[in-house]
Amino acid sequence: MNAAIALFLMQDGVINGAIYALLGVTLVLVFTVTRVIFVPQGEFVAWGALTLAAFEAGTTPGTAWLLLALGVVTAIADVLRGEIARTPQALLRAGLRDVVLPALLVGLAVWIAPQKPPLWIAGLLTLALIVPMGPLVYRLAFAPMADASVLALFIAAIGVHFTLTGLGLVFFGAEGFRTTPFIAGVFPIGPLPFKGQSLVVLAVTAILLVGLWLFFERTLLGKALRATAVNRLGARLVGIPTLLTGRIAFALASAIGALSGMLVGSLTTIAYDSGFLIGLKGFVAAIAAGLASYPLTVAAAIAVGILESFSAFFASAFKEVIVFALIIPLLVWRSLAARHTDEEEE
Amino acid sequence: MTSRTKLLLLATTMLGFAGAAEAQVTVGITVSQTGPAAALGIPQKNSVAQLPKEIGGQKVEYVVLDDATDPTKAVANARKMIAENKIDYLIGSSATPGSAALVDVAAETKTPFCAMVPTKGLVDPVDDKRKWVFKAPQNDAIMAEALLDHMVANGIKSVAFIGYTDGYGQGWLDEVERLYPAKGIKITAVERFQRTDTSVTAQTLKILASNPDAVLVAASGTVAAMPHKTLKEQGYTKPIYQTHGVSTMDFVRVGGKDVNGTVFPAGPVVVADLLPDSHPSKAGSLEYIKTYEANNKMPFAGFGAHLVDCMTIAVPGIKAAAAGSAKPGTPEFRAAVRDAMEKNKDVVGLHGVFSFSPTDHAGLDKRSRVLVKIVDGKWTLLP
Repeated sequence: MNAAIALFLMQDGVINGAIYALLGVTLVLVFTVTRVIFVPQGEFVAWGALTLAAFEAGTTPGTAWLLLALGVVTAIADVLRGEIARTPQALLRAGLRDVVLPALLVGLAVWIAPQKPPLWIAGLLTLALIVPMGPLVYRLAFAPMADASVLALFIAAIGVHFTLTGLGLVFFGAEGFRTTPFIAGVFPIGPLPFKGQSLVVLAVTAILLVGLWLFFERTLLGKALRATAVNRLGARLVGIPTLLTGRIAFALASAIGALSGMLVGSLTTIAYDSGFLIGLKGFVAAIAAGLASYPLTVAAAIAVGILESFSAFFASAFKEVIVFALIIPLLVWRSLAARHTDEEEE
Repeated sequence: MTSRTKLLLLATTMLGFAGAAEAQVTVGITVSQTGPAAALGIPQKNSVAQLPKEIGGQKVEYVVLDDATDPTKAVANARKMIAENKIDYLIGSSATPGSAALVDVAAETKTPFCAMVPTKGLVDPVDDKRKWVFKAPQNDAIMAEALLDHMVANGIKSVAFIGYTDGYGQGWLDEVERLYPAKGIKITAVERFQRTDTSVTAQTLKILASNPDAVLVAASGTVAAMPHKTLKEQGYTKPIYQTHGVSTMDFVRVGGKDVNGTVFPAGPVVVADLLPDSHPSKAGSLEYIKTYEANNKMPFAGFGAHLVDCMTIAVPGIKAAAAGSAKPGTPEFRAAVRDAMEKNKDVVGLHGVFSFSPTDHAGLDKRSRVLVKIVDGKWTLLP
C-alpha cells in the first residue's frame, strides 16, 4: 500500500459515502417527521436507476404503470376512509391529482420512450414518475397508522419494502442494468483521475445537502417539517397539518432516492434488489448520528464509505462484516451516552 | 345447489381421487422464482412446460413451488411436497444454500433428488446420505480445467482471482487453488466482492498491484461486468477470464466493448447454434431453445436447461421403476428410481452426456463444456 493507492481508496470511499450520505439524511428526515424508519428507501434508488435504464433502452418502464395503479388505489382508499371528502369538488381535485396527472405521465412515458430521449429528459421524466410514489406510498401505508408506535410503523415499513421489491422484480426482471454516465470521460484533478460521473455525484450531493439546509432554515414549509419533527402534538396545536408534512417528507425521500439511483446507475450494475443494501449503509450512518443530526449523518456516511473502501482493499471477503459490525459498538455507545427518553410516552 | 348436482359433484370428486390414486408419477420442483437467485429460478420455472408428460406409460405430474432463494423455505417446500403430494422425485433449488439444505431432506425421506447447482460437495463423496442425490450442472472443476487449458496454451504464468463471497465464488476459488498451481500458474491475489456492491475499486487496485498475467472473475450475469469494467478503467490490458456464470447475453449488453475478447466456459446448450453437428447435445438443445422461446416470448438462459437435464436423467430410472411391481408414491418406487438412475450410461442431456456409477453422481465429462470468446459483442466458439 502506497500513498497513491490510499488516495484512490479515499476517492472511492468518499464517492460511495456521498450516496450513503444522501440516503442517510433522508432516513433521518423521514424518521424525525413521521417516526417511520423508511426501509423501502433503497427501492426508490433501484427504481430510479432502472427506470432511467429502461428509457435508454427505448422501452416504457414498468414504474409508469405502477404510478398510475398506485394513484388509483390510493385515491379509492382515501375516499373510502373519508380522507378525501365526498363532495364533487374534492373528488374532482383528488381525481385530477391522483389519476389524471399520473395518467398524463404514463402517456408521456409511452410516447417518449421509443424515441430514446436525451439523457436529461429521461432523467427528468424518471424523477416525475418516481417522486409522486413517495407521498402515495405514505398515504396508502403509513398515514392511516400515523399515530401508531415506532415499532408498528417499522413493521409496516418492512412490509412495504417486500412489496416494492416484489413489484420491482415483476417490472424490471431479475437481471441488472447500467446507465450511461451524465458526464462521460475521466478528468485528472491533482494526482487523481476522476470519472465524470463521480464528479456529478459529489456535486449533486453537495447541492442537495445545501438545498436541504436552506429548505429547513429559510422556508415556512421546512420550518413546519422541523416543528413536526420536534413535537408532533405541539405542531398540530399550532395548526401544522402533520399528514401534509409526512407527505412532503416522503416526497423528498423518493426524490433523493431516485436521484441517488440515477447517480449510481452508471457506476455499478443495479438490479431490482440492489437498493436495499445501499440503503442499509445509509441507515448505518443515520444510526451513528442517532437518527437525529443531519451533519453527523453526512460525516458518518462518508466514514462508512471510506471504511468500506479500505476494508475491501485489506480483507475483501469480510468487507460487509466489518461495515455492519460497526453498528454494534455504535449502538452500545449511543445507548450508554444518550439520556434515555421514551418518546412513546410524550 | 340441488341434491342432484351435489351428487354429481361428489361423484366427479371421487372419480378425481380415483384418478390420482391410479398410477401416476409425481415430481416435486422447488425453484427460486423470487429473491437473489430469481435470474436462475425464472428460466427454470419457465422450462417446466417442456418436461415429458408421460414416461414408460405413466402420466407424470409436476408440482412447482417458489422458495424465494430461502433455504428454510426450500426445505419446507420439499417436505410439503413429499408429505402431501407423495412425490417420487425431487428437483431443486436454484442456488447452492437451498440445494444443500435439500440433501438432508432427500436422504431422510429416501427420495431421489436432483440438484440444479454445480457444487461438487452435494454429491461427492457418494455416501449413505448422498446416494439419494444426483446433480445436473457441471462441476466447477470441469469448467476451471477448461480455462486452465486455455491459459496454459496461451503462456499465462500467473492469475489473480476475484469472485463472489458466496458459494459460487468459493466453489471456483477452491478449484482454482487446487488445480492451477499444479500446472505452474501462480495465484497472485485473491479478492472477493458481493453481488450488491457498488464499487470494486479497492479490490482491483490490489489485483493491479500484484501484476498478474490474467484475471479470473468468478461472478454471474450482469454483476460480473463490474470488476471487468473497473479493471479496464484502471488501464488493465491483459486477458480477463470469466466463468460460465456470464453465459447470458445480458453480460455483453451491460459490459459493452469493455468485455470484448473475454474467454469463458459454457455448457453446450448455451451456444447450441455454434456447436458442430457431431456434438451429441446439439439437436436436443436447438429443439429446447426453439420451444422455450416460442412458449415464453423471451430469450432462453442455460439455467433452465439444468431443470430439463434433471428430468432427462430420471427418465430411465422412472421407466425401470414403472416396469417393476412398485406403485408410484411408495418408498419402494422411489428406491427403484434411484437404483436405476445410478445405472445411467450415456444419457444425452442439454448440458452434456451423463453416465452415473455408485461412486459418481455428477456424471458429466468434457463434452459438457465448450470455451466461448466474445468478439465484437458476439459469441464465438473456441476449438
